[in-house]
Amino acid sequence: MKRPARLAWQALLLVALLALGGLLVATTAGHLQERGIRSGFDFLLEPAGFALGESPLSFEAGDSTLRAFAAGLLNTLRVALPGALLAIVIGVVVGFGRLGENPLVRALAGVFVNGVRNVPLLLHLLAWYFILTDLLPAADAALRLAPGVFLSKSGLALPWWSEAGWELPEPAGFGIDGGARLTPEYLALLIGLSTYSAAYIAETLRGAVEALPPGQRLSALALGMTPRQAFVLVLLPQAWRAALPPVTSQLLNLFKNASLAVAIGYPDLVSVAGTSLNQTGRAIECLLIVIGVYLLLSLLAAALSHRLERRSLRGMAR
Amino acid sequence: MRPKPDKLSGFGLCPASAMTRFRPGRLAGALAFTALLVTPPAFAGKTLDAIKAKGQITCGVSTGVIGFSAADSQGQWKGLDVDLCRALAATVLGSPDKVRWVPLSSQQRFTAIQSGEVDVLSRNTTWSLTRDAALGLHFAGVSYYDGQGFLVPKKLKVTSAKQLKNAEVCVQSGTTTEKNLADYARAQGIKLKPVVFDKFEASLKAFFSGRCQAYTTDASALAFIRSKEAPVPDDYLVLPEIISKEPLGPAVRRGDDEWFAIVKWTLNALIEAEELGITQARVDSLKSSPDPAVQRFLGVGEDLGKSLGLDREWAARAVKAVGNYGEIFNRNLGADSPLKLPRGLNAQWNKGGLMYAQPLR
Repeated sequence: MKRPARLAWQALLLVALLALGGLLVATTAGHLQERGIRSGFDFLLEPAGFALGESPLSFEAGDSTLRAFAAGLLNTLRVALPGALLAIVIGVVVGFGRLGENPLVRALAGVFVNGVRNVPLLLHLLAWYFILTDLLPAADAALRLAPGVFLSKSGLALPWWSEAGWELPEPAGFGIDGGARLTPEYLALLIGLSTYSAAYIAETLRGAVEALPPGQRLSALALGMTPRQAFVLVLLPQAWRAALPPVTSQLLNLFKNASLAVAIGYPDLVSVAGTSLNQTGRAIECLLIVIGVYLLLSLLAAALSHRLERRSLRGMAR
Repeated sequence: MRPKPDKLSGFGLCPASAMTRFRPGRLAGALAFTALLVTPPAFAGKTLDAIKAKGQITCGVSTGVIGFSAADSQGQWKGLDVDLCRALAATVLGSPDKVRWVPLSSQQRFTAIQSGEVDVLSRNTTWSLTRDAALGLHFAGVSYYDGQGFLVPKKLKVTSAKQLKNAEVCVQSGTTTEKNLADYARAQGIKLKPVVFDKFEASLKAFFSGRCQAYTTDASALAFIRSKEAPVPDDYLVLPEIISKEPLGPAVRRGDDEWFAIVKWTLNALIEAEELGITQARVDSLKSSPDPAVQRFLGVGEDLGKSLGLDREWAARAVKAVGNYGEIFNRNLGADSPLKLPRGLNAQWNKGGLMYAQPLR
């Protein structure tokens, strides 16, 4: 097909798609109104009416639904970002373990990867959660690990900086009061997400190193490098480039998988959206917000990783 | 050598040529598919006509709340909400088995009734202003008066909900429960931290493992949880406070007053039957009763069905299928059930309860 014709077809397609999109929105809005269903985003500014178990943002039931969504998003990020870091660290360690000379280390790393990778993530989370809540002592009989550090069914209580200076958690009422707290929900989610993603990252790294032509290692050794030097100076920089895109998509997966939080009682974005949906009945609106936030953040992360790839490719051109 | 960046992205599954070559046929296909998506659902006709044409009622129930709607080990749906749908099927279609059950999560339920996926939502749903006015629904009446309470371990030595200051409370998401909990905490000036689970089982497991100091849900469920789910029932206590009003009832979508009236009056008929002493076993023998109210009810007197668009034996069939309200209650929630709930607010109005049927005349 000639170029002008192709352009014309594409323009036509674009117009048709836009028209269809418009039709969908108009029809939906029309139907909602016809059936007396209130719609719109005005509910975001009204009081949420429900409380959140934990939030980095101070949040009360009288605050707006918008603030509840913000608190939910922060909760998602609060678990996804440290989770990603942890996943990379564990993944790199295990990945290298799989490549190492020591048979015991290799076997252990293999068991970790195969054990973790072949069980659904939801089961991981539930298992971690119920292990934590079953094994830890009750909140009123908390384990004192160090001055101001308590571990119990209501989580890990830590000293925290507040306006009045360092605040130490202390036993009070039903459990521990004051300081900062990492709840069992948070801990289970963090451990579950990071170990699960780490198994995939480890396999990606192993695959990337093993995919290199054997000549690379042999020539490095022939040049008089030690095996360690050959690995760090020759193999790793090349493997890293191949591993970067799949590792990034693993980290994106981790971010999205954090939405399983609601299964174990962690108030992430999806959990907050679910509660708001039920209080207000604005199903389409709440889901649109969640989709929008995930899409936006994922695209942002993808753009970032793309830049990283470009940079590492630039390094290749000597 | 400098590889071009787009070489990497060319890793795609289809060759680049297929992406630029354009086939008009595909556009037509896509258009037809999208047109399907925007076609209004089958709701357009009258609900009753549609139900008769389908030969079954589509009934939205829960994914499993013992006593209200839950499938037993044989896959049979049982419960108060379930029996209401069976009664409707008997009134409208002549057989209590002509029901298609659609289990709905609490997040799905309103969309399902709004979109016409189900004809009636009989799923332990609380009637409130927002739900009535803003969701395009009509509640047809109250089939169960519930209220929210707390379950606590006895070892906490708590005897009143007011003592739960700073407690963590396990709760299942997607109900009015979370909001009531926050309301109660604010009204009492105590802080309560909710730990919200999307699955009933997970919320219970967390509570019984000791994660929370209290568990909150409707009082009807608390009794069941204590007796059936607790490792040792005597270690747990239902607190006396009822912190909310939860009138549960069936809902239909707006815009079909005839169908709304049928659901409303079927529920009324079941309650009226108990007051009149019409039981499942005596429906036929009572047809010779001299009481005009009983005669009207059973269709031997005036024809009440006609104004609803039904035949004269509609109410008799409902009671014959599932029994009157009292029988339904006893079978699913009361003395003859594992729950053993007292009638309480759900007794007849002349026996100290709130069940008061508008008269069938």
